[in-house]
Amino acid sequence: MIRSTTNEPVQVIQLTIDDHRVAKLTAIAIGLHLVESIFPSPVPGVKPGIANIITLYVLYKYDFVTASWVSLLRVFASSFLLGNFLSPTFALSLSGAIASLLALSLTRYFPRRYFSAVTSSILAAFAHIAGQLFIVRIWLIPHAGVSYLIPVFASTALLFGLINGLIVIKLLNNNQQVKS
Amino acid sequence: MLNTRYSGKPLVGDWLIIILSVALVLTLFKTLWHVEQATKLLIRQGDHVFATLSLDQERMIRIQGPIGYSTIILSNGKVRFESSPCSNQYCVHQGWLNRVGQVAVCLPNQVSLELLGRQKSYDSLNY
Repeated sequence: MIRSTTNEPVQVIQLTIDDHRVAKLTAIAIGLHLVESIFPSPVPGVKPGIANIITLYVLYKYDFVTASWVSLLRVFASSFLLGNFLSPTFALSLSGAIASLLALSLTRYFPRRYFSAVTSSILAAFAHIAGQLFIVRIWLIPHAGVSYLIPVFASTALLFGLINGLIVIKLLNNNQQVKS
Repeated sequence: MLNTRYSGKPLVGDWLIIILSVALVLTLFKTLWHVEQATKLLIRQGDHVFATLSLDQERMIRIQGPIGYSTIILSNGKVRFESSPCSNQYCVHQGWLNRVGQVAVCLPNQVSLELLGRQKSYDSLNY
């Protein structure tokens, strides 16, 4: 560690075990985000959103606050790595993530006996696309024609939300004995 | 939360959400991709309205423009330019029109067709 040359006391941020956990999980989410960004999409804007698997896994394995950290840190860190920080892409990514988290803040109160991560995943995917289309409508393409895209994006949200949700419950099932 | 048992399979509520979501998506397709069949035809020649007709008829109309006669055919809910004196024939190649908001224009002969429904659809040309 580099010593300060002046006599001021060096401020050291105390890292907790939770911080390390958030960092590790975010790293995985960033990795998935970057992998996904390599593949071209058949339709612009249609992406599987595999990084959200991590967000959901964290929500169920740990708690909502950790999931929010992982989700938002992932959005910021990925934008730095891809070089689109503060660009429209970033705005869409962030609005989608925030909308998803709002949906998840509601679905976590659903009874666990009847609703698994699949429900959370589907509803978060719908919220994600709703948040993004909201930004598109008010800022990027302020035109009523945007409504024509809603059915396309809604159906892909359902498809990928379902697939991601199924992956999450498989992961949770396989890692039941694994302690954090 | 760590004590929760995960079954690895979708639960009853999940199936409910999946069914509701499919219904929602289908409803979105039905409402937002709804194409209204046109009921009326508006023909313009030059700077004035030549005629507003019901589409529900079999009829052939000849309209005189600056370079000759354009022939328009109405056939039970659809309409097309059958022949035109213009050189590029874009209006003729546009073929049959039957949905609200569709437009065929012959600029050289200054004749245009516009299909109308119960309410006027969004006009992207004037927007």
